[in-house]
Amino acid sequence: MFSTILFYVLSVILVFSSLMVVFTKKPVNSVLFLIVSFFAISGHYILLNAQFLAVVNIIVYAGAIMVLFLFTIMLLNLNKETEPKKPVLIKIIAVITGCLLAITLIGSLKGIDNAPVQNFSDNSIGLIKNLGKSLFTDFVVPFELTSVLFLASIVGTLMIGKKE
Amino acid sequence: MDWNYIIYKIILITAIMTVSLLVAMYSTYFERKFAAWFQDRLGPNRAGPFGLMQPLADGLKLLFKEEFMPNTANRFLFIMGPMLAMFVALLTSAVIPWGSSLNIGGKEYALQVADINIGILYIVAVTSVGVYGIMLGGWASNNKYSLLGAIRAASQMISYELAMGLAILAIVMMSDSLSLNEIISQQKGINWNIWYQPVGFLIFMICALAECNRAPFDLPECETELVGGFHTEYSSMKLGFFLFAEYINMFISSAVISALFFGGYHFPFEDSLGLSQNWMAIIGVVVFFMKISFFGFLFMWIRWTLPRFRYDQLMRLGWTWLIPIAIFNILITGVVLMINN
Repeated sequence: MFSTILFYVLSVILVFSSLMVVFTKKPVNSVLFLIVSFFAISGHYILLNAQFLAVVNIIVYAGAIMVLFLFTIMLLNLNKETEPKKPVLIKIIAVITGCLLAITLIGSLKGIDNAPVQNFSDNSIGLIKNLGKSLFTDFVVPFELTSVLFLASIVGTLMIGKKE
Repeated sequence: MDWNYIIYKIILITAIMTVSLLVAMYSTYFERKFAAWFQDRLGPNRAGPFGLMQPLADGLKLLFKEEFMPNTANRFLFIMGPMLAMFVALLTSAVIPWGSSLNIGGKEYALQVADINIGILYIVAVTSVGVYGIMLGGWASNNKYSLLGAIRAASQMISYELAMGLAILAIVMMSDSLSLNEIISQQKGINWNIWYQPVGFLIFMICALAECNRAPFDLPECETELVGGFHTEYSSMKLGFFLFAEYINMFISSAVISALFFGGYHFPFEDSLGLSQNWMAIIGVVVFFMKISFFGFLFMWIRWTLPRFRYDQLMRLGWTWLIPIAIFNILITGVVLMINN
């Protein structure tokens, strides 16, 4: 009962703040609403008993990436006046592509009711011990490949940054 | 729902909040007293005996100052800055075990608000969010000095978080757990982590100084270059909140350092005393606070001894010294753990 109420409260916050990210005019407010939505997502993770994911989501997204977003916006000092004016043609194209994306999404979500729902009887799957075990046994190849990918992107960033 | 349990938790939370605020209040007094001592002065001694009422006088002064509102585009964020700083500073204390458990009427009452199994990650998460108060406040002030201070704070905190996380990782590898309660209970007696992780302690201590924006890393509010840094435009109690949050952060960092490296509420020869569980818990809390006070003193000692870093020196220290050393520390810890197994 209590967790159902929490679920709905978090969902309302999440949907509202995600919408506001798109609709608000000032870039700084967009970033702040995005941070709020990350916290709501972390709340959902906690409801699913995945505390590790919840905390890592806050550390990585809210604590590091969004700080950099905010940092960039503050440095560039983006305002409504400095926003470039877009021609009407581009706006029309944007609307059409947006509608196409919506149709694709609806099409792909149409058959979702028939898909079997995975029901985990064991709700400790999100705890750090089980997560670590499955990462290093069942998913060790994708995990290591992702690490190599990260390393490559770090080296790439350094290369680009050093150029000047 | 167990009402006893809820009431107990509420009492504990209130007590911890009150203690945090009191400690922060008197830290300002001791900071000034110690500064005076290091500089061969007397320090505050007019308000009350030994100047003990000085924090109250300071607080009242801040409350009665004029509330100044700069001509900013975003008043909401300007007010939210100090609120966030204070809120986040008080959040961390939830997972710190202040003592072992009390036994009242056959029931165990742990002296910890929330024993979550990822306690130490929770602390890292809250500190990583802590920069928003300073950033938003500095940006919303609509002042270039504030903006520079806010940007310095953001990049400094992100840089030093990495080394801090890596220093914690070595501890986590040793104790096989992310729960602070578990980490402390493995340091019984004088089997403290500091004997195994002296390098990790040094890195963590330096990063804690940087995360609290304390000298020699107080570049976000560096008054010789930036007037007042991120809080240039703040006055009255909003300024007070920023300053207060810094002292609470210092208190919590001292608590985390004592918990991770100095055995928390454990003390030497605790088993040979033969006291009852409740007495042990109370003595444990006292010992824990003694350790915290020592580290609080260390923070102040460092502030009034070392000159401030230059900004490029700060970045170089973080990225080219602390992070490689911390990674090396993890490597050695891993090898030693392998050999011992």
